[in-house]
Amino acid sequence: MSDHQNDNQDQNTDKKEVDAHSGVETTGHEWDGIKELNNPLPRWWLWVFYVCILWSVWYWVVYPAWPVAGGHTKGTGGYTQFKELEDSQNEIVARQKVYLDRFEQASFQEILDDPELYAFAMAGGSAMFKDNCATCHGTGAQGFKGYPNLNDDDWLWGGALSDIHQTIQYGIREDNLDTRLSQMPAFGKEGMLKNTEIEAVVDYVFSLSSQAAGHGGDHDLAKGQTIFAEQCASCHGLDGKGDREFGAPNLTDKIWLYGGDRASVFETVYSARSGMMPAWKDRLDKNTIRQLTIYLHQLGGGEEEREDGQEETVERPVEDIPDATYSE
Amino acid sequence: MTVMTDQQEPEYNYDIVRRFTLATVFWCIVGLLLGVLIASQLAFPDLNIEPYFNFGRLRPVHTSAVIFAFCGNALFATSYYVVQRTCGVRLWNDKLANFTFWGYQLFIVMAATGYILGVNQTKEYAEPEWYADIWLTIVWVSYLLVYLMTCIKRKEPHLYVANWFYLSFIVTVAVVHVANNISIPVDIVGAKSYSAFAGVQSAMIQWWYGHNAVGFFLTSGFLGMMYYFVPKQAERPIYSYRLSIIHFWSLIFIYIWAGPHHLHYTALPDWAQTLGMTFSIMLWMPSWGGMVNGVMTLSGAWHKLREDPILQFMIISLAFYGMATFEGPLMAIRSVNSLSHYTDWTIGHVHSAALGWNGFITFGALYYMVPKLWGQTRMYSTKLISLHLWIATIGIVFYITAMWVSGIMQGLMWRTYDEMGFLQYSFVESVMAMKPFYIIRAMGGGLYLTGALIMTYNIWRTIRGDVNVKEFGSDQTQTQSPQTQGAMA
Repeated sequence: MSDHQNDNQDQNTDKKEVDAHSGVETTGHEWDGIKELNNPLPRWWLWVFYVCILWSVWYWVVYPAWPVAGGHTKGTGGYTQFKELEDSQNEIVARQKVYLDRFEQASFQEILDDPELYAFAMAGGSAMFKDNCATCHGTGAQGFKGYPNLNDDDWLWGGALSDIHQTIQYGIREDNLDTRLSQMPAFGKEGMLKNTEIEAVVDYVFSLSSQAAGHGGDHDLAKGQTIFAEQCASCHGLDGKGDREFGAPNLTDKIWLYGGDRASVFETVYSARSGMMPAWKDRLDKNTIRQLTIYLHQLGGGEEEREDGQEETVERPVEDIPDATYSE
Repeated sequence: MTVMTDQQEPEYNYDIVRRFTLATVFWCIVGLLLGVLIASQLAFPDLNIEPYFNFGRLRPVHTSAVIFAFCGNALFATSYYVVQRTCGVRLWNDKLANFTFWGYQLFIVMAATGYILGVNQTKEYAEPEWYADIWLTIVWVSYLLVYLMTCIKRKEPHLYVANWFYLSFIVTVAVVHVANNISIPVDIVGAKSYSAFAGVQSAMIQWWYGHNAVGFFLTSGFLGMMYYFVPKQAERPIYSYRLSIIHFWSLIFIYIWAGPHHLHYTALPDWAQTLGMTFSIMLWMPSWGGMVNGVMTLSGAWHKLREDPILQFMIISLAFYGMATFEGPLMAIRSVNSLSHYTDWTIGHVHSAALGWNGFITFGALYYMVPKLWGQTRMYSTKLISLHLWIATIGIVFYITAMWVSGIMQGLMWRTYDEMGFLQYSFVESVMAMKPFYIIRAMGGGLYLTGALIMTYNIWRTIRGDVNVKEFGSDQTQTQSPQTQGAMA
């Protein structure tokens, strides 16, 4: 850029001066009043820079680093990220292995009787529940509208270990032969009942759990009762206590899966509900499903295994049962 | 348009600097406002308004508004100011310089409207689709031309160090922008295009771009800013010419290799990860060279630091720069990255750099430049500068500590196994645990925004020619140069 220089600036380059504060010489350059001191590189800075470079060179020797003809340098340490993943997974597998062989051989009852295996099942079930089930049922298994609370003893399909095991494996209204399958008719939509008849039966249903029928509930209970006996009792029972054979809910316990207000119950009778749950048989391994079974069984509502095919429901007075516990 | 000093100064083009300065302030407020909004959306999901104003669409508007609009305009403004004053000549070609202003603002609007309408090529920090990319390329080449021609026509025998940094920023951003955006539009009237690269090659090129957008846009360019405004404000010579040369060349040589550290534990081959990581470690001292040179330039002027909030802005920015350029290599180490990656720690890291370093050095430069650009002797109020400084600093501290805690907690929760070999926490539990930190983060951002609003008021009063009577007395006479009258017109 010598063509830009004039006499004045030629002098500038020779204007090295000593800075009064530091005693260090400047480079003699000046731009818009800015000068530069000619301090050497700070020693510590240079040495740390060297150490970083040396460390990097060491790292290149030990780890895969540079592309070369036909691949890359492999490094002396034998590292690959796949090996690192395998090692860390093996550590986890080894921790589970301590219990897993025994767990695999044991029956549900044996697991419940063995504190160590029981703790193992609960730890695994809890982890797997949060990763797979909590999305619908909530992290505390408290349920949401349309997704049952799993802490109570109000079971649609049964709360014994074998029932829960069956439900988790095959799901509800899933596409397999062993799934839990039932379908309430859409009484209004399909024209089986007139709206006034539905209103009457809704009143009767509310009366089963001694609940106020809500706004508009001034219908003839006798009429509702007749309709209930003709249309509903085959699944829900004459007493309205439901039938787990068909997944028909107990209507006397004030627990409502789809909402206990009048409009919700009307909608249930009018259009029917058909929530579904995935089958986990092919998604989770069988030990995981068994862990989940035990975990859910222990949440609060687990029931004894039936011996004679008769259901062993725990009788509790209606007033002890809390209201629907889901939150909307 | 002349400013008379001891020596005859050239007729600098301050019009263009003033425009970019005002754009910097405008986009600063927009970018920060969007930041506070999306931070609040994470804490309170109800604030998401589908589909145009949900987090997914506003997040790139925030990042682009801060990086490209706020920081970009700040780089334009300061680089055009610095190159003229350190080369001793007027900026080359007024018309082309004006084109870079309007062209760049148009690019920002093109990009942001695209994001809101769902037009996005899904590459982080390179979201704009092909039409905006081509337009930016034209603007950027014009910028390079204006800058380079001004350097070539300079009256000084040597090129000042700030200009090396600005030039490396302009050239490298052009290269990585073009390379990363090579794509084929589906049709000429549609916005959609497909990247020329696929799979891991695409990822590698994206992070080669992404990392060097950080390296050259937000580091190199802002070091250019630092190298002019710190010695000017401190009225001291640059500490070491030799350090500036060594750290400049080592910085730009090493930075360009470090991108793969964004892709640890992915399909990227081990060897490429290793190189990205080791070059990040080697980058530590070259980055710190800028901090050392900046901080040490104050030797002999430390007493000014007590009085001068503009200098305080600059020194705090260098401290955040030093912290972020230490944290960066640390997080690039493969084993540290396995904890930090995909967590809020990354968000905390970039914000300590963006709010602390880029924001504060820009605020310092603006407070230095604005009175000079509009022909005033000083900012309207020094106390308001101080207030801005402390509110913004507290805001940053809130922000980054919240993100550190939340990020490390997140990373630990994701990897905690119990003694029986089961994951201790589910993903959603880690999300629930982050909520309080999201709220603290939004508050920190709100404080930082408040500070910027105070600055905007202060700048507005300064441009109007006001002086705070309580601070400086009523008999302050403002020197009104002819240049000022030109600016007000």
